[in-house]
Amino acid sequence: MASVTFAPDDRYNAFITTLSEAETGPGRLSGIPVAVKDNISTRGIPTTCASRILAGYIPPYDAHVVTLLKREGAAIVGKTNMDEFGMGTTTENSAFGPTLNPADPTRVPGGSSGGSAAAVASGMVRMALGTDTGGSIRCPAAFCGIVGLKPTYGRVSRYGLIAYANSLEQIGPMARSVEDISLLMEVLTTHDSRDSTTISCPYRHTPDPSVRGLKIGVPEEFFGEGVDPRVAAVVWEAVTRLEQQGAEIVTCRMPSMSFALAAYYVTCTSEASSNLARFDGVRYGPQADTRRPWHESFQDQRREGFGAEVRRRIMLGTFALSSGYYGKYYAKAQAARQQVRNDFVRLFRTVDVIAGPTMPTVAFRLGEKTDPLSMYLSDILTVPANLAGVPAISVPCGTSEGLPVGLQVIGQWFRDEKVIDVAAAYEQGASL
Amino acid sequence: MSDNSATQPASPGMAIDDEVIIGLEIHCQLDTRTKLFCGCSTDYRDDPPNTHVCPICLGLPGSLPRVNLKAVEFSLRVGKALNCGIAHEAEFARKNYFYPDLNKGFQITQYDKPIAVKGYLDIEGEDGEKRVRITRVHMEEDPGRLVHKGGADRPKYTLVDYNRAGIPLIEIVTEPDLRSPKEARRFLNKLRATLEYLGVFDSEKEGSLRVDANISIQPKGWFEREGKGKADRGRVEVKNISSYKGVEKALTFEITRQKNLIRRGQKLETATRHFVETRGVTTSSRSKEMEQDYRYFPEPDLRPLRVCDWAAEIMLPELPDARRARFMEQYCCSPIHARTLTGELKLAEFYEKVADIDTALAATWLADTLLGELNYRDMSIVVVPPEQFRELLELLKEGSVTDKTGVEVLRVLLDQLKETGSCEGPRACVDRLGLRVITATPTLAGEDPVVKAAKEAIAEQPQAVADYLAGRKEALNFLVGQVMKKTRGCAKPGDVNTVLANLLEEG
Amino acid sequence: MIEEKDIEHIAMLADIGITKEELPEFTGQFNEILDYFDILDQVEETGASEHELANVFREDEIEPSLPQDEVLANTRDAEDGFFRAPRVM
Ligand SMILES: [Zn+2]
Repeated sequence: MASVTFAPDDRYNAFITTLSEAETGPGRLSGIPVAVKDNISTRGIPTTCASRILAGYIPPYDAHVVTLLKREGAAIVGKTNMDEFGMGTTTENSAFGPTLNPADPTRVPGGSSGGSAAAVASGMVRMALGTDTGGSIRCPAAFCGIVGLKPTYGRVSRYGLIAYANSLEQIGPMARSVEDISLLMEVLTTHDSRDSTTISCPYRHTPDPSVRGLKIGVPEEFFGEGVDPRVAAVVWEAVTRLEQQGAEIVTCRMPSMSFALAAYYVTCTSEASSNLARFDGVRYGPQADTRRPWHESFQDQRREGFGAEVRRRIMLGTFALSSGYYGKYYAKAQAARQQVRNDFVRLFRTVDVIAGPTMPTVAFRLGEKTDPLSMYLSDILTVPANLAGVPAISVPCGTSEGLPVGLQVIGQWFRDEKVIDVAAAYEQGASL
Repeated sequence: MSDNSATQPASPGMAIDDEVIIGLEIHCQLDTRTKLFCGCSTDYRDDPPNTHVCPICLGLPGSLPRVNLKAVEFSLRVGKALNCGIAHEAEFARKNYFYPDLNKGFQITQYDKPIAVKGYLDIEGEDGEKRVRITRVHMEEDPGRLVHKGGADRPKYTLVDYNRAGIPLIEIVTEPDLRSPKEARRFLNKLRATLEYLGVFDSEKEGSLRVDANISIQPKGWFEREGKGKADRGRVEVKNISSYKGVEKALTFEITRQKNLIRRGQKLETATRHFVETRGVTTSSRSKEMEQDYRYFPEPDLRPLRVCDWAAEIMLPELPDARRARFMEQYCCSPIHARTLTGELKLAEFYEKVADIDTALAATWLADTLLGELNYRDMSIVVVPPEQFRELLELLKEGSVTDKTGVEVLRVLLDQLKETGSCEGPRACVDRLGLRVITATPTLAGEDPVVKAAKEAIAEQPQAVADYLAGRKEALNFLVGQVMKKTRGCAKPGDVNTVLANLLEEG
Repeated sequence: MIEEKDIEHIAMLADIGITKEELPEFTGQFNEILDYFDILDQVEETGASEHELANVFREDEIEPSLPQDEVLANTRDAEDGFFRAPRVM
């Protein structure tokens, strides 16, 4: 078995685990170093979710996507840093310290797949896997100046992805070029019956950079309150360029944006509060203290094992599901979610894709965002795609204050090919 | 539900105008080959701990459940057999609580969208045929098994085995329609028979059925007036009953306990109690039984079940009531024999394997004799080879053994089965023990064993002879008994009668 | 308005082991976030959303289980093939 040597200068703290010798074989990804976010299970390689509560855990099995990467000969060279369990927008919430943004090391790389983004942006690897629950691929892609795709919900198997919010998240590709995104999608979309929420819809596509006659919807809400005007200007310029390439721009409305973020946070914290209940120190992770009674031991385990943001979200989710509040929070969030879907259905009757900024601002300074709510608010433009399950890509579209800005393109269900085409069109147009 | 006036109080000493209200929640393991959400084998009982587990049933991070088609089909069979409506859309939900037997910190079950609702099962109640309403039937996964270790000298801790985790369970909830522990037992027997007939349940497997019982004592007629949830006296939930016999015992104990409280004028609080099988008592749950909040929500990793059409296509096999009717018709079984013989699938099948010899003889020997002898030895019908029993029936039918020696042979064979798992042939057994029937020769010759025994008896019992000759014909029965004893039961009672009567006539 | 005692109750429900010192900060943040969530009150119930995908099943076919040593490889506290957990009785 051939192997790839990997000895990176990880000055951005992109990796939690690296493998100095990574196996590779024949296939479409033969010899290509690929980084995998550390919430994706890798047989024999520690998988931590950047949490103390999984210290020492070595999965006895590979996630489906890891099996697929290996089958195509990819060299899995390391596991990347992230916000603990994917809960964050900066990769600062990691038990292994923050990842720095290669575009400006005083800035965050975005999150939660910040390690994967930094590893790709710095050139340590050619491509990486991230996961996107509410923007966790697209946000760091935008902040670090690379391409990142959140596939349609149900297109890529989640088997082996350590769940944060099952109904929202997807594994997706991150790379420096749309072409590599497309290549990874071909590998990742092989069907897996072990994830009951997937359907078989293999991606077999060569990006087509022609946008002539394409209708691009631009929702007013994507340029509204909270969006930095300088970022908005850069993104408008990018949209205009697509227009010059032959696309038709249609401004539109997405009224459900007003409660999308609340619906998102209620849903993801509710699911997380249940998903994260299994870390009791009995089967894996730091050993529970068996001299203490069960509940006390369990509380200690969670207090010591989880960071502040994870505990906050577990408590929020517990509250949202608790008797007397389920109707006010969880049930309402599901109704809101349906309205987001309805908005997309309505818009896609007249447009092919929707475009806007990926993030309302450029990358924050390290330590800049301390208040949880203001941090949550920065996800406003990415969560609608997760709530509806539609594909969305972030492609670099220039800079503001010298920092990367991402153009987000959102497509229809299982039309990941279309958002990749539009991103390819922008990428090629920009390089002219 | 109108059992009024005639009902006896379920427990002596209870006020005549009180009645017992019982509702049951029954968990049954479905007899699939693999677990509910993974491909691990369900055949774990004799294997070491944690050898039937995988990332899914171990709840390893990242694993995802997959629904076993067979478990759904079995649940649909149960729903239909219990006359339930099948849900237009059923859905799995998470029941969140923290306990070491839960591999994921939640149990996947069904909450507001169970697979089947609103059915009934007819049973033989205290006052004849009775309809017990079924509230709902839902699917869920079994948790793991805990072993509690340690004691006074050592800190206590728990051992966990996840082999059982993920075994498909069906939970059947009844309305509080049962009025006595006996009715509860009959309901369970009928339910068990129904599940076995459906081919979805194996009652032979240890721990395959567990029962929680809700029980209260209310003024007569209260339930019909007020309905569920308005108890003016508290209601107790008895958990952890894991045997059929245990249900009747636990309920009887709990009724006595509640009755005593009521008699002393104490208030009965709504509470949860545990049944301690070994001691036959219920004990208060010590654990802080604080208001549990399970925070149910739809399982996001699974898709809904829309199975009405499928359910409609499922053909049910013959169920106990139908089989009972057929046994009465086809084999002319008495109603009591028919009920007994169809009360257990294995028994009914056993009967049909041997009934051709003589339907009445087989019914009597199976329902009355064999079952009693099996119960006495705590054995199950499944260990009895039908061919051997056939042979015994043949011996009886052809008159080669008497009823009395037939029982003796049966006992010998069952003891052999219990000890070694196999037994000799009934014919061989009869010959070995010299139990073949003795036929008396009509000549009254001295060498005939029956005649010899009769002569001995007459000589030894002058008083009985005198009584007989004085016209007290019942004295003959005593002499017959003496002769039977002397012939070790091998003589035919008819022959003995004739021989004795002739000898006595001859004087 | 959520008070510190509510947070304590939620922490107990969640078994999250909150400390006295953490209470005020968690309470403040909770209130801010829950105020924001109030916008959901404006959402009209549109009836249950229907999944398009239903009836996803697997056949009842046995697949290999993990070897016991792999099952227990992630705990340092196994006993006779069992996992060890704190006492519950
Ligand atoms: Zn399993």
